[in-house]
Amino acid sequence: MRKAKHPAIFWIFLAPVLFAFVMVIVVPFVLGVCYSFTNWSATARLNDALRFIGLRNYLGILKDSTFTYSFMLTVVYTALNMIAINVVSFGLAILVTRAIKARNVYRAGFFLPNLIGGLVLGYVWQFIFDNAVPSIGTILGLASWANPNNLVLAKSGSALLALVVVGTWQYAGYIMVIYVAAIENVPVELIEAAQIDGASAARRLFAIIVPMMRQAFTITLFLTLVNSFKQFDVNYSLTAGGPSVMFMGQPIYGTQLLAMNIYNQGFRSDDMAGGQARAVVFFLVLVIVSVIQVSVNKRKEIEL
Amino acid sequence: MKTRRIGLVALEILAIVLFLIFLFPFFIVLINSAKAPFEITQAPLSLPSNWGKIVQNMVAIWTSANIQYASSFASSIIITALSLILINVFAAQAAWVLVRTKTKLSAGIFITFVAAMVIPFQIVMFPLLTWFRDFGEAVGIRLLRTFTGIVLAYIGFGMSQSIFLFHGFTKSIPLELEEAATIDGCKSWQTFYLIIFPILRPIHATVLVLNGIWIWNDFLLPLLILGKGNSVMTIPLAVSNFAGAYVKQWDLILTAILMAMIPIIVFFLIAQKSIIKGMVAGSIK
Repeated sequence: MRKAKHPAIFWIFLAPVLFAFVMVIVVPFVLGVCYSFTNWSATARLNDALRFIGLRNYLGILKDSTFTYSFMLTVVYTALNMIAINVVSFGLAILVTRAIKARNVYRAGFFLPNLIGGLVLGYVWQFIFDNAVPSIGTILGLASWANPNNLVLAKSGSALLALVVVGTWQYAGYIMVIYVAAIENVPVELIEAAQIDGASAARRLFAIIVPMMRQAFTITLFLTLVNSFKQFDVNYSLTAGGPSVMFMGQPIYGTQLLAMNIYNQGFRSDDMAGGQARAVVFFLVLVIVSVIQVSVNKRKEIEL
Repeated sequence: MKTRRIGLVALEILAIVLFLIFLFPFFIVLINSAKAPFEITQAPLSLPSNWGKIVQNMVAIWTSANIQYASSFASSIIITALSLILINVFAAQAAWVLVRTKTKLSAGIFITFVAAMVIPFQIVMFPLLTWFRDFGEAVGIRLLRTFTGIVLAYIGFGMSQSIFLFHGFTKSIPLELEEAATIDGCKSWQTFYLIIFPILRPIHATVLVLNGIWIWNDFLLPLLILGKGNSVMTIPLAVSNFAGAYVKQWDLILTAILMAMIPIIVFFLIAQKSIIKGMVAGSIK
């Protein structure tokens, strides 16, 4: 009997995932890209008054100051978050790989916030910034902290930093674990040899351990970049996009990151086609930036 | 030698301080879950005067018709469990036929799945909603606001990475194992379920942990597909529905949050090693 190129079992076993893939990713993706060139809305659906309007949705983005603001804000937030998370988690990784007691307990504690969803964490920190921080200010005699008119989340600048604090607290333990794995992979003989040659601890770290961790840096920078850029949950629950600020002569959401901007454009402003065009731009930026980041890091890995 | 000792003690102290800072938010949630509203606003940092209040608050959350916590908890368990079982079975069997069938089509399908991992949720979320509604109406199966719809969505969004993980491991399983089974008269599906599926155990653990934590905590997808305040809600939806209300009842909000955290923390304490291992394995794609 001649063996079929693709036996029945091939299609039977693939059928469920192919069905889910087409239903959830392929069709919505293709529809989404197409819709971004139309007047698509909750009322103008497939068969109704759906019309092709060319690049009008995309031209609309250029004139939309809230999108410009959210875009710049997301770039700043992503940069701050990447720096804060990687610095903190690298420090933690160095700390918990030293010969201290109970280091596994510390590792678990640092990792724990990562297991709780961003939505829930956002509410926890909203309580901390609105209630606990003024109370700490009163106890320590810090007038600026204690002042109820001076809440962290009431000003867009400090609210942005609050988002970074929560993002770092949530994500640092996860990135730490990746760094720990990389540090423990560095051959002990290398470090011992350097020690015998009289290299200081700092020198051993930067001349031997860090260069051996290049691959880990590619991963951690990629993860923190993509996750910061896509942040939605903490934004939704911690600041809900507020407080408002004046930008280009208009009052707009002061801490609305891109993912929330897209969401609000579609649902709050009832402009699904406009939201979809923003999502396409978001997708393209995300792909371009992550490709650049990974290729730059990969090049550095090879140089080694 | 002595300076080294002092250095280690300093590191130990630093570690303890950082550890306490990291756990501080959990501590805040715990102590304020056992307070009455006035106690929270007056002294959010002090220990509660009566720890017994925590039980009262929990009962209030659990039984409130307004919050629907109990039914949301049940829905979260159903959605997470069903999605995990189906993702593990479907992704494992798909990865196996993709590994064992060496054709261009098979490789092409695999690469398409992997490439789909870069697609952010934002670009599919609006059309997903209308497509689910239109498709559901056309075939007579409701996909919005139902378990069917959200589990299907989780399979769709979770399968790429899961197939990728299973694929990597399946490649390393020697073919002789399957050939022996075939000679013994196993049909190919039997070979997979009796021989291969059990060998994949370590990857099942990774896939369960990665998807389990994601699905249990996920917010945006349930918000779109299930919506707030409908009959099927997940815990994040219930918490957000209640916490986002105009008047902030922090005593009950924090209790609800504490109750949302407890299952994950217990799970973490039991399976700490495999959770950390699984989440790291998932990151190093």
